Amino acid sequence: MDFSFSPEQDQLRAQARSFLEKRFPPARLAEIATSKDGWDRTSWPELARLGWTGASIPEAQGGAGLGFVEEAIVFEELGRALYAGPYFSTVGLSLPSLACAPDLLARVASGALTATLASPAANASGPAVAGRRDGDRWLLRGEAALVPDAGWVDAFVVQVRGPDGIGLYLVERHDARPKIRVLDTVDGTRRLGHVTFEDDGARLLAAPPAAGKIIAATRRRALAALALEAVGIASHALMLGVEHAKSREQFGRPIGAYQAVSHKLADTYVELELARSLAYWAAWCIAEDDGEAERAAIAAKAYAAEAAVAACERAIQVFGGMGFTWDHPLHRYYKRSLWIESFDRSGAAHRAEIAQAVLGG
Amino acid sequence: MDLRDGPEEAIFRAELRAWLEANVPAGLRVFRGWSGPALALGREWSKRLGEAGYVGLTWPKEYGGAGRPWRYQAVYLEELARAEAPQHLGVIGLGMAGPTIIAHGRPDQKARYLAKILSAEEIWCQGFSEPGAGSDLASVRTRVELVGDRFMVNGQKVWSSYAHVADRCILLGRSATAGEKHEGLTYLIVDMKSQGVEVRPLRQITGEAEFNEIFFTDVAVPKENLLGEVGGGWRVAMTTLSHERGTFGFALAGALDVAVRKLVALAHERAAADPLVRDRVAREWIELQALRYTNYRALARLERTGVPGPEGSVAKLRWSEANQRLTKLAIEIIGQEAQVAEGDGAPAYWRYQQLRSRGNTTEAGTSEILRNIIAERVLGLPRSR
Repeated sequence: MDFSFSPEQDQLRAQARSFLEKRFPPARLAEIATSKDGWDRTSWPELARLGWTGASIPEAQGGAGLGFVEEAIVFEELGRALYAGPYFSTVGLSLPSLACAPDLLARVASGALTATLASPAANASGPAVAGRRDGDRWLLRGEAALVPDAGWVDAFVVQVRGPDGIGLYLVERHDARPKIRVLDTVDGTRRLGHVTFEDDGARLLAAPPAAGKIIAATRRRALAALALEAVGIASHALMLGVEHAKSREQFGRPIGAYQAVSHKLADTYVELELARSLAYWAAWCIAEDDGEAERAAIAAKAYAAEAAVAACERAIQVFGGMGFTWDHPLHRYYKRSLWIESFDRSGAAHRAEIAQAVLGG
Repeated sequence: MDLRDGPEEAIFRAELRAWLEANVPAGLRVFRGWSGPALALGREWSKRLGEAGYVGLTWPKEYGGAGRPWRYQAVYLEELARAEAPQHLGVIGLGMAGPTIIAHGRPDQKARYLAKILSAEEIWCQGFSEPGAGSDLASVRTRVELVGDRFMVNGQKVWSSYAHVADRCILLGRSATAGEKHEGLTYLIVDMKSQGVEVRPLRQITGEAEFNEIFFTDVAVPKENLLGEVGGGWRVAMTTLSHERGTFGFALAGALDVAVRKLVALAHERAAADPLVRDRVAREWIELQALRYTNYRALARLERTGVPGPEGSVAKLRWSEANQRLTKLAIEIIGQEAQVAEGDGAPAYWRYQQLRSRGNTTEAGTSEILRNIIAERVLGLPRSR
């Protein structure tokens, strides 16, 4: 047993951190989050050149032929830098579906294709998309709500309910015109959108029952990816809180000398390290297709999301009134952590799944 | 990164698991600390562990150890916990006194003490804490005076596990009262059979007596029992304490694994439909996985650097709080029946475990001190007030 990263993986992390610190210093956060686009589009070809978009894509399709552990490192570092761009949507949510077609993988690896996932609402009466055949292609009609990065991506992986179950289709914006309404989202760096398809042309990626397996794998990847982002966010929030507690003086001493402050930060550190362990465990399980992957991903996301939210909330408290101001960058981390916490299911609902697994029905 | 056992670890684990199934004495299967009848079985059990080759796994070969990588000690602790087998009676000697002697002892001291620690011929205890020096260890007041060719020891130690069975004690005392308090400390090896040593068991809130007070009245300790230098005791004591939390996390996570399994069985039987109970059980299951994989990360660091990282403090802090929550949940599920102390079924088991867990957040470093350690040594915050 060896729970450590290889020298090559450590190098990838160092490269990612140094690139992101230079390219996306905290000073740029506000500008990006409030910009019309909500992200710096010129960054995507750079991510592709660094090999991040194709980290787990086979070399035959122009990728690096690595695995989810390498992607995990990128997710964590992107979280730490609060990167605004469709990496989670493309690599976390769409890649398992895009893997049905080698040409699509090659375009992701080269940076030519970004995508996101449009899934049906959790309740059957909510928005949904239906498909019908039209010669050698398909036409999709219906609505998808709360689609991450909907305004930014080149393509939508759409889950379509049919008589045999859910199938996976691809709608590309260069040959279809779905109506997209980007919603004013609390986390301006990861905006949600409402997408309406009106007989938009689509390509079938996977029919049921194969699609079901891809959807399950996608969920595992997405939960683990967000757990890793949450770890990056929590570690940044902790760093900010600690730096402030060292320099801010009250009653003649740095406030970090008071246990009411220092023990809060110690608790953040402890929760961060436990979240990190769960997230790396989940990443390894996914990379190895281990039988524990689903439970690990659920546990990691449930725990890490709450840890990141708590890390940001404690940091806001340590910063006092300043932490509550719009100008301070902390709220942007906090808002991403809340976004992550809300994804898929609540922590309580995830724990109910864990209880189902360990306690039975 | 590979979270599976390698081929050699897998063989070691399988052999140990089979050995434990065949060898844990029946009288130690329901273990409630080293008191009463368990004690008599303890030495025999410890010797048997040694004869089977499971003692001193990570000690260097030149001192009689197996010289194996740390992962074997981790597997050993996991399997011991899994089998619900008690620890070796000489854990203070094996985990703390021995490594301290290896680091600071003279050749004659190594020759004299180490082999008997491994063979369980001599059991050790720790004389660090005092009534006036708990978390603030550098304030110890037990006097250590060099008189001729021996030290005279006078004072009182407290919270000493194993003192009631121990042959030897690692003792931190005060040799100078002037100057910095850390610099007036001296570290001695004391024979517990010496005249003037008196051990008084302390009864815990569970009713059992696992730890003791030790009174030293004009105890003569030969000069050659000095470890390190006169006035250099603090540095030696820090070696002892760094070993306290080396792979200890594996023993804790192993014990928590057993507790979570028992909790799951209890909840399944008595409260499987209660959504609040289900949520709390799931939380503890997740916490257990988090601690387990934090241990694996700590192990990887220990094997690479040889130095335990801060994960040891993390594991102790969170294990103790988890064990308190979990045992409390168990007695809540059981209800008033858990207020009955007699019998040996689930209610009596959880009643004991819940009361015992209250000591977890104070023994071997209080949670407050562990948070200070994390704040100061890991996060680099200023010394706290």
